[in-house]
Amino acid sequence: MKTTGKVTGIVSNLVTVTVDGPVAENELCYIDLSGTRLLAEVIKVNGDRASVQVFESTRGLRNGDKVEFLGRMLEVTLGPGLLSSIYDGLQNDLTTMEGVFLKRGEYTEALDHEKLWSFTPIAKAGDKVIAADWLGEVKEGWLPHKIMVPFSFRGEYTVKEIAPAGEYNIDKVIAVLTDGAGEDVEVTMTQKWPVKVAIKNYREKPRPRKIMETGVRVIDTFDPIAEGGTGFIPGPFGCGKTVLQHAIAKQGEADVIVMAACGERANEVVEIFTEFPELIDAHTGRHLMERTTIICNTSNMPVAAREASVYTAMTICEYYRAMGLRCLLLADSTSRWAQALREMSNRMEELPGADAFPVDLSAIIATFYSRAGMVVLNNGQTGAITFIGTVSPAGGNLKEPVTESTKKAARCFYALEQNRADQKRYPAVSPIDSYSKYLEYPEIIEYLNEKIEKGWVDKVLKAKNIVRRGKEMADQINILGDDGVPMSYHEAFWKSELIDFAFLQQDAFDDVDALCPMERQKFMLDLILDICDRSFEFEDFEQCRNYFKQLINVLRQMNYSEFDGEQFKDYQQQLSKLLS
Amino acid sequence: MAAKAFQRTYTHLQAITKATVSLNARGVANDELATVNGKLAQIVKTKGDLVTLQVFSGTEGIPTDAEVSFLGAPPTLVVGDQLAGRFFNAYGKPIDGGPEIEGEEREVGGPSVNPYKRRQPSEIIPTGIAGIDLNNTIVSGQKIPFFADPDQPYNQVMADVALRADVDKIILGGMGLSNDDYLFFRHAFESAGALDKIVSFVNTTEEPPVERLLIPDMALAAAEYFAVDKNQKVLVLLTDMTLYADALSIVSNRMDQIPSKDSMPGSLYSDLAKIYEKAVQLPDGGSITIIAVTTLNDGDITHAIPDNTGYITEGQLFLRADSDSGKVIVDPFRSLSRLKQLVQGKKTREDHSQVMNAGVRLYADAQNAKSKLENGFDLSDYDLRCLDYAKEYATRLLSIDVNITITEMLDTAWDIFSKYFTPTETGIKQALIDKYWKKD
Repeated sequence: MKTTGKVTGIVSNLVTVTVDGPVAENELCYIDLSGTRLLAEVIKVNGDRASVQVFESTRGLRNGDKVEFLGRMLEVTLGPGLLSSIYDGLQNDLTTMEGVFLKRGEYTEALDHEKLWSFTPIAKAGDKVIAADWLGEVKEGWLPHKIMVPFSFRGEYTVKEIAPAGEYNIDKVIAVLTDGAGEDVEVTMTQKWPVKVAIKNYREKPRPRKIMETGVRVIDTFDPIAEGGTGFIPGPFGCGKTVLQHAIAKQGEADVIVMAACGERANEVVEIFTEFPELIDAHTGRHLMERTTIICNTSNMPVAAREASVYTAMTICEYYRAMGLRCLLLADSTSRWAQALREMSNRMEELPGADAFPVDLSAIIATFYSRAGMVVLNNGQTGAITFIGTVSPAGGNLKEPVTESTKKAARCFYALEQNRADQKRYPAVSPIDSYSKYLEYPEIIEYLNEKIEKGWVDKVLKAKNIVRRGKEMADQINILGDDGVPMSYHEAFWKSELIDFAFLQQDAFDDVDALCPMERQKFMLDLILDICDRSFEFEDFEQCRNYFKQLINVLRQMNYSEFDGEQFKDYQQQLSKLLS
Repeated sequence: MAAKAFQRTYTHLQAITKATVSLNARGVANDELATVNGKLAQIVKTKGDLVTLQVFSGTEGIPTDAEVSFLGAPPTLVVGDQLAGRFFNAYGKPIDGGPEIEGEEREVGGPSVNPYKRRQPSEIIPTGIAGIDLNNTIVSGQKIPFFADPDQPYNQVMADVALRADVDKIILGGMGLSNDDYLFFRHAFESAGALDKIVSFVNTTEEPPVERLLIPDMALAAAEYFAVDKNQKVLVLLTDMTLYADALSIVSNRMDQIPSKDSMPGSLYSDLAKIYEKAVQLPDGGSITIIAVTTLNDGDITHAIPDNTGYITEGQLFLRADSDSGKVIVDPFRSLSRLKQLVQGKKTREDHSQVMNAGVRLYADAQNAKSKLENGFDLSDYDLRCLDYAKEYATRLLSIDVNITITEMLDTAWDIFSKYFTPTETGIKQALIDKYWKKD
């Protein structure tokens, strides 16, 4: 018999329920508000009183209203059709909802049950299989979507029957498996999985050994992120966090992209809806939307579903990783999720940690980041989840709990600087404060030696050093004045400006400059480092500045021109002339 | 809010604070309104039978045997075309001496628009002010605040913007307006002959602070009526949101909630987002654009109110008194409109974004030159030209008293560039230089 209960207290979306039977932490329940069912999740139990967070507005709810517990945690439905979908934080399909306004208690199906998929079997009768083994495959867009033995199955099964190739909907039984005790179980194209539990049906999780290209020079060259790696982008508002994240989403070298808009602006999500269907993926020539799932809990949508949205997004990535695909998960912003935790902790009158955040914030963030990574599947193939989260530090101050906790968990740090943003030096990623731990991984150094050229990382470190030195020179010049320092200071400063303006800065709104492939990045870096290696004779600092400004101008025009096109070559010649 | 037939009445209060009262009551609904000795109140918490109400006008003089009647509904506003041209208080009651509105009674603070049903904002809201139109173009469906110190003329600028903007309705939500400012808005709207397209909801400093909490919901309920039901372009002005947030902190403090940064409630982000996210471009052509004011303490944008606001809104506008030109200008460095690229070069001339960037970059060079000058260093020829440029740029473009079209702004910018710089120094794409550079 199902546990039921009655509402006995309400503060905003925290509701206290007196229950008549067993309830579990994180169990779901429906609260009946005059016929409308509001979904809620148990977050604390004390005696016969359960505290539940409601995923909807509680306006009009009364003490005594009936509650029905569901005996399960928050789950997502996994199966073909997840890609190109637009979901809310609880995986309701936003596109099939009626009316302009969201209605309380309106929950929609995550997947289309009518649509037919062209199925090809992989396993055959008699095969021994375990959870997450591939039984068959359908084409989802251009991706091979594997139909797997459900992740929740324990032990070894024997395939008794498998459906022949054909067109089926997701509810069709495509295989019958026999377990160790001789019981038959039917498998369809879908399965459910609780979002807060990591899917761990893989053989091992080795260290990442490849770079994920993003086409953004300051990331790929200066602080690359590994495939299966983690990174985060903290920055005050107005520093271009979202533009940078969208650029990574558009250009990132991945099979599947999941974007979790977590407590952010609705118009930013609309931008994705509007632009992505028009955009062509540079790597495959297909529409970007075909490989993208959007999870959308904008800042005015129910707070409790914010936390759910990032878990929903991660679970979908884990599902595709188990198919041997490379996934990129972008969450904007994890601070909003932390704030949702804070609001709830506050209403439950828990003793607060730093800045009134719950004390276990650090642990929650670390556990979440640890779900990313590259894995070797049971069949020897690999899959990866690369995770990049943004953080919105309060007051732009990086010494706050969410940034600090995330710094411990993520391996790449892309610090956006107010100063750079004010000077319109975009992307405003600080070349000095940012880092990528992956540049220290021997496997990654080896990979770059082979992929780009031998000694590439040394070259990158050299460029970084020129930038750092330039900053020191700039400080000296500011203190002592233009005339108070030797010419070499000016030269060193302008060499760093050259790297900044011609390499680090990139116009995300220019058709050509927005996406810079690795080959082109290498070409430009070589060109620029060659200039930095030269020593010049200048009569005065004005001459030095004017000369470098000319170089910068030509190099920037090159960035705006088609690589190796006629215009590009023209500018290259102009550059040689300037240098001779 | 007329008395209903089966009103439940209670006469025994358990607790009273400056902003809330608590009593034992049954069968009441969350967010429901009540009256406490005639004063309007709203349920904010129930725990067993103990119900806590926030009393909007304060609890001064409320005795423990006050009469509490529950009204059975959350706050509502009567909407209709008659709203136009009228002034209301925080409860949606006329304060201009005119008759009550007849029409449909609607709940305020209603549900959110399904993000999938939104359209991408794509229409410019021109204001004639180059600091806005040229550098920080505002788009319909956008939400953007002025971050201003209390001594800056933000209300005047906002009134100018409202009256010049090409919109169907203007809704003013005034929170803690001084009586002088209230009369200023009233006079500005009346003398512009624009009253028929303006609706005002006003809470002045003479009225209790907690009442302010109702103003944004009232104003936005009216805005939704015109934008959703009538497909109109609506501009909502909210001033001053800092006073709104202060009222939030009063209530949460009285309810013994643990404060987070700057003694603000932990839910400040969500509370503000619920208001600002009502800005929307609807599929059938209607839109709600929000221009708000957040006053700062001595320019401090790291305070929780402007900080949370900045993360919610699509940019922010800063006003600054400029000593070079002696005018109030829209600060080009700290101001930002996040939606500007949706219209720049698409609904405006192709050179818009490059001209904007070059203008700001050169202005930044001028600031560097200025600090060199202040530190007693010699200025180069380039520095001197930058300083002259900055003065002219501030006077002819950044000043808030400019009122020209966007094409005129672009032409003015090219004119100033060519006066002080070489084409290379502007860093603008060659193709645009070839087309627009002013050769004399």
